[in-house]
Amino acid sequence: MGQPQDPRGNLVRPYAVTRGRTEPRRDIPIEAVLVASQAAVQEARFAGHDKYRIAILCEAKAQSLAELSAHTRLPLGVARVLVADMVADGLLSLHSAAPKKGFTERMDLLERVLSGLRKL
Amino acid sequence: MDFASSERAGAQPREITSAKIVIAGGFGVGKTTLVGAVSEIEPLTTEALMTSAGQGVDDASKVPGKETTTVAMDFGRITMADDLILYLFGTPGQTRFWFMWDELIRGAVGAAVLVDTRRIADAFAPLDYFENRHLPYIVALNCFDGAPRYEPDEVREALAIPSHVPMVLCDARHRESVKQVLVHVVEHAMATLVAEQSGGYPAVVG
Repeated sequence: MGQPQDPRGNLVRPYAVTRGRTEPRRDIPIEAVLVASQAAVQEARFAGHDKYRIAILCEAKAQSLAELSAHTRLPLGVARVLVADMVADGLLSLHSAAPKKGFTERMDLLERVLSGLRKL
Repeated sequence: MDFASSERAGAQPREITSAKIVIAGGFGVGKTTLVGAVSEIEPLTTEALMTSAGQGVDDASKVPGKETTTVAMDFGRITMADDLILYLFGTPGQTRFWFMWDELIRGAVGAAVLVDTRRIADAFAPLDYFENRHLPYIVALNCFDGAPRYEPDEVREALAIPSHVPMVLCDARHRESVKQVLVHVVEHAMATLVAEQSGGYPAVVG
């Protein structure tokens, strides 16, 4: 008989890069955009392979949590834990994380998206 | 977009706003094709993991011994300005991944439910989903070559689509057509927002 199966099953392996943590320090929407400064990239060198890759991607181009997950081939939940850490540690700045609430704010956003689509 | 240098100079980097539109529909209805027709990047795939036990959504009997399931979501990007990015997210095709849809629609501008007129029944589940959510959505009939051409009214009746939900014909392969679908989504979202603001639907007068 082998070892009893870990009830967490195969989920443990992908979360090894987060040292087993599955809960992000803060919620980050899938479309929230992240940006890294050059200085942050230098600092991220010492934060581990995956965080360094994420910092490099975000310095080259502002991009969303979804894009970071796709480019690093890390599952969304894993990428979210790492990105939330990096935001907390000042390695990434998080943009547009708060949902637009008021009527004027929401209407302004819709109008900008509409005009952007028409210009495509 | 030189955020790095502006940060070093101590200036506040400009806040980037992202918006998303959700493209829903049954498996193989053309969601990724639609996203790819307007996206500035090849559609990317992000994967989410879940346990079969934890979520109770995976039929473990079909995959003996398999304890995790991967749900893939395809998405595209349109950079509209230095400070505005629109993302288009396709929903996972399999209807057993509803909980993933909840994450996708959170904070979305609106959604389009893509319907293949050759397999109308596949649209019931996605339409039911949106019927019970607070998200403006429209129905887009994807006109495949050789697909039976039903009149939009026939489809509306067959699928019991409420009269306040706009319906458009489209070809998911063509950029111009997809653009129009997205324009309809945003216009409908604006009309819905205005209606909410004035405490009812503007059409109801007297």
